[in-house]
Parts: sequence; structure tokens; C-alpha cells
Amino acid sequence: MARPNDSYWRTNLGYILTLLLIWFGVSFGGGILAVDTLDRWQVAGFGLGFWVANQGSILVFCLLIGIYSLLMKRLDRRHAARTADGDPRQ
Amino acid sequence: MNLSTWTWLLVGLTFSAYLAIAIWSRAVSTGAFYVAEKSIHPVMNGMATAADWMSAGSFISMASLISFMGRDGSMYLMGWTGGYVLLALCLAPYLRKYGKYTVPHFIGDRYDSKAARLIALICTVFISFTYVAGQMRGVGLVFSRFLNVPINTGVLIGMLIVFFTAALGGMKGTTYTQVVQYCVLIAAYMIPAIFISVLLTGNPIPQLGYGSSINAAGAEQLHNPALQGRYLLDVLDGLHHDLGFAAYTSGLRPRLDLFCIVLALMVGTAGLPHVIVRFFTVRRVSDARSSAGWALVFIAILYTTAPAVAAFARTNFLLTIHGQSYAEAPQWFHNWEATGLVRFTDHNGDGIMQYADNVEQSEIAIDRDILVLANPEIAGLPNWVIALVTAGGLAAALSTAAGLLLVISAAVAHDLVKGIVKPDLSETSELLLARASTAVAVVIAGLFGIYPPGFVAQVVAFAFGLAAASLFPVLLCGVFSRRVNTAGAMTGMLAGLLFTSGYIIYFKYIDPAANGPEHWWFGISPEGIGTVGMLLNFACLLLVSKLTPPPAPRIRALVDDLRSPGEQTRLTLTAERRAMENRR
Repeated sequence: MARPNDSYWRTNLGYILTLLLIWFGVSFGGGILAVDTLDRWQVAGFGLGFWVANQGSILVFCLLIGIYSLLMKRLDRRHAARTADGDPRQ
Repeated sequence: MNLSTWTWLLVGLTFSAYLAIAIWSRAVSTGAFYVAEKSIHPVMNGMATAADWMSAGSFISMASLISFMGRDGSMYLMGWTGGYVLLALCLAPYLRKYGKYTVPHFIGDRYDSKAARLIALICTVFISFTYVAGQMRGVGLVFSRFLNVPINTGVLIGMLIVFFTAALGGMKGTTYTQVVQYCVLIAAYMIPAIFISVLLTGNPIPQLGYGSSINAAGAEQLHNPALQGRYLLDVLDGLHHDLGFAAYTSGLRPRLDLFCIVLALMVGTAGLPHVIVRFFTVRRVSDARSSAGWALVFIAILYTTAPAVAAFARTNFLLTIHGQSYAEAPQWFHNWEATGLVRFTDHNGDGIMQYADNVEQSEIAIDRDILVLANPEIAGLPNWVIALVTAGGLAAALSTAAGLLLVISAAVAHDLVKGIVKPDLSETSELLLARASTAVAVVIAGLFGIYPPGFVAQVVAFAFGLAAASLFPVLLCGVFSRRVNTAGAMTGMLAGLLFTSGYIIYFKYIDPAANGPEHWWFGISPEGIGTVGMLLNFACLLLVSKLTPPPAPRIRALVDDLRSPGEQTRLTLTAERRAMENRR
């Protein structure tokens, strides 16, 4: 059964899943599971794993929300334009 | 000017500002009282959310905890920020679009059940009270240390300020106050951190400073010229090695436990009612997304500095106290000895202070909560900086307390009385009732502050575990599944709630002696058990929903509405039209 706004919702879900994968990879992957492996690389006075767990993951979180916010603004705009054109696909 | 004059001056100034704002921005309607008329700018809401979210725990305790935990402390850093991604992507926009005032209201409507609303309400009130107890205690502690006021008087002053902001200003006044409180607390956190970073490494950005090398002035400050030119963290690892501790930059906690704690904190953050409700106050759905981003940016300023403060404090502490003679101990050590939070017991009678990992062997006992407050004194910073830290700690505790009390009063007035007991309550009476319940909640919170229920930090872990295990799954599935229904939500919430609180109460209160990795299920600590509770909640929610009939078409239409673009749902539109007709 086709529901209204299907394509809008599917695109949104795609964004959410992609961004959450990065979210999970950086924090639980980089900051916890692979932290010792990353520590082999040194960035200034930090081991990379230590830095990701302490600060890097937080910076990525900020970026992820920023990107999602912009993507959704663009999606909202496109959707509004399509609806105004009377496109039946919405 | 001496320290106590500076402190009274700064605390007096900031408190008058909070009171003035509360009076100037009084809430005169339920819409203003619960959600600030949905008129807050996203950046401003971000700041208010940051102040609302960063509690006495974040400001006072977190860096201290990290400095004792080393890399394992990153579980707080990631756990308490990662939840905002979940909020921005999965909850805030949809709940804002639904447009109602409280979390239990959404759950009650989505699952079409007053009983579900009641359970959500109980969770909300319980989570908020456990959280607010710690804040009032924090206020009392700060007052007693820096203003020589008894803890109880400190708690009373705090109650008064919070009562004025929350009961008079409602969400509207609280928002503006929180914006000011954010500015106070972030200045109070950053200024000493910058000072210390410059002092030790010459780098004015503390976030980078603790990855830099110690400069000549820093080596002098630490009484050890040989340290010049070495990376601060390497020096710290070396100190740990000499003392027989594991390296500061290495972790000790088992991966699985760490994983569960971080997830519980993240999901718990996303499920905390006082955080969610902040996103109801912005004008548009898109503002809810960007506002969550701004909130995290404002939080990140403090959270990326905290590990730096922790490393500086640890280095300073180990080099200026350990191995020094007690007769030459710095003045700050004696100041804090007076509070009983720092103690020296000369086990071997040689007059030298020896620090060790083992509590019995260590001659220095230091309370794990005081490093941030003591830090400016440790680094010998000017009096006004120390006074500013006091004002900042109070701002952090008061802003969080006000946000929590609003959630409690909304739950009682809007969900319990208006929603369940007496639906024909007029708006004027509801507003009066909301103010009255704020007053009662302030008194209860104050009592918790004066007679703290057990160890405060444990109670806060409880709040996160419960938010993760009870509210988050039903909120998430309420939006992302059209199939979940009343029966599923009820079983899910109850299972998550009972399992998590059972596990925590058993290990913390019934049999604290057994609270160790060898007795924990799969080595998961009570702090991390919210993750298991959450999974249990999801499992019950999805399974029971599958076995019982799907929700009414009306509810499925509501979910479709939440997911489509636009500012309002058809349901809110109808409700508003009906309300307008009633008014005519």
C-alpha cells in the first residue's frame, strides 16, 4: 500500500541510518572496541584512540547533527517545491 | 579584595540577575509555563539546553572522576554527548511536531491509553526527583565550602532561587535564566582551564594544551626542570608508572561493561524528560533539529575541556603533593583539609605525604568530587577566578534543578490532574496548580538535599538507567513503528523499569557487599544495566505488539502525520480548533 510522503520518509530513514552508522562506528568502534589499535598512531601528545575517546567522538557527534539538520532542510525544500508543482509522487 | 568578598559579590550579582529575569519574564498562560509559547530561537534554546543538561555532576564531579579513571573516564564524555545525536535524528523533531507539552502526554496519545500515560508519568517523576536531589546537595556543598554557610542554609538559598525561576517564570523565565546561567558556567569552567593550560604548556587552548609539551614555566610550577619539553600526557603516564598504577592513557574496565555504560548513558540522555521537553519550546520542526546541534556544540565546549582539566589536575596533584613533606604542603591543601574532603594520615610517621592506589596504604585521602573546585587554588590562580568557579558551580546546579522541577510540575498538573483525574480543569486553575506543584517539588527536592538518599552519584546513574530502560524504547518505536500498540508499550515499560530498578536496588542497597564484577551478570555493572533493560523493553514492546491487534487506524494516521513534512499534525490541528470553539 502506497502511503503519502513515502519517498520523503524513505529518504529521511536513509539519512538517519547512514549517520547513525557513523555515530556507532566512531564512538563504540573507535572509542571503545578499537581504541588500543588506534593508540598505535600518535597525534601531537595524544594517542589517536585516547583522543577519539576523549574529544574526537564529540566533535563527530556535533558534525553529524549539523549535517542531518542541513540535509533535512534541503529535503523539506525539495518536497515543498514538488508538492507545489502538483507532482503526484509527492 | 579577598576571596570571600569576591565570592559574595559574584554569587550576589548572578543570583540577582536570575531573580530579575524570573520577574521580568513571568509566564501568564499554560503554553508559556510548559513550553515558553514555542517561541524560543534555536541557538538560544541550544544554550538553555546546555545549561539544563550540564548539572552539578558535569561541572563539579566529572573532570575529577576522569582524573581518577584515566581513559576509562571517556565513558562519561562519550556517553553524555552521544545521546544528542539520537535526540536530533530520532526523537526531537517528531515530538516537537506533535506539539504537546509533556513526554507522558505524547506516550498517552500515541499508545491511546491513560494507563500508559500514568506509567510514563511515574517514570518521569521518579527520574527527575532522583536527579534533582543531587543538584540541591551540590548547591549546599558549594555554599558550605566557599561561603562558610552551613550546608542546610545553602540548600535553602538554592531552593528559594529555583522556586522563583521555575514557579514564577515557568518554562519561559527558566529558558532565559538558563541562557544566562550557561554563560556564567562556561566562563567559570573555561577561564581557570585556560589559565592552567597557559601556565603548564603555554597553549591558550586547553583542549589542545593537554596534548602539548610542558614549557619552561610549567616545569618550574611543577618543581621539576627535567619535565620541560616532554608531552604532558607522557609525563603523567610516567608518574603513574612510578607509583605502580596503570598508565593514565590506558583503560582498565572490561570492554563489554564500558560498552553497556556508554550506551545506557547515551540512550538515557535521549530519554530524559527534562532534555526532551526543551525541544518543545522552539518555533519550527527544523529548529528542533538545529537546536539539538547547537546544544551539543555548547556542551562540547565544556566536555572537550573536561579531560584537559582532569589531566592538568592529576599532574599538578601528583607532583605538588605526593612525596612532599607535610610541613611544606601548599595552602590549598590545608583549606580543603578544613572541610574534611582532603585528609593526610602519616602511616609511617616520616612526615612525607605518600599517595598510593590502595585506600589503606595511601596517606592522602582525597574526595573524588573536589578537583574542579580546588583546581584554581591548586594552580594558585587569583581570587576572582576562584570566586567565579563558585558562581559557575551554583549556576550549573540551579539551572538543572529548575528544568527538572518544571518537568515534575508539568507531569503533576498537566498529566496527572488535567489528563487523568480531572480533564475539565480550566486553564487558570491548571496554571495555578502547576505553580503550586513546583513549590511542593522544590520543598521535596530541598529535603533530599538536606537528607541525601545514599550516595548522590549512584542515584544519578539510576536516573539514566531508568530513562534508557523505560521511556526511550516506547518513544522511539512510537515514531518509527506503526505497529506497536498499547499492550506492547505497557509490557515494555514495566519490564524495563522493573528489571533495571531491581538490578540496581539489589546491588546498591540490598546486598552492596556483592556489588563487584564477579557477581554482576556478564560483568555488567549497575551503571550499565540500563542497556540490558532497554533491550528487554524493546523485545517486549515488539513481541507483545506483534501478538496483539494493531493500533486503531486513527493512531496509524497520527504516526504517518508525524513522519511527513510540515509543522503540525492533523490531530493537533483538530484539537486546537476544538479548543478555540470551546473558548467562544
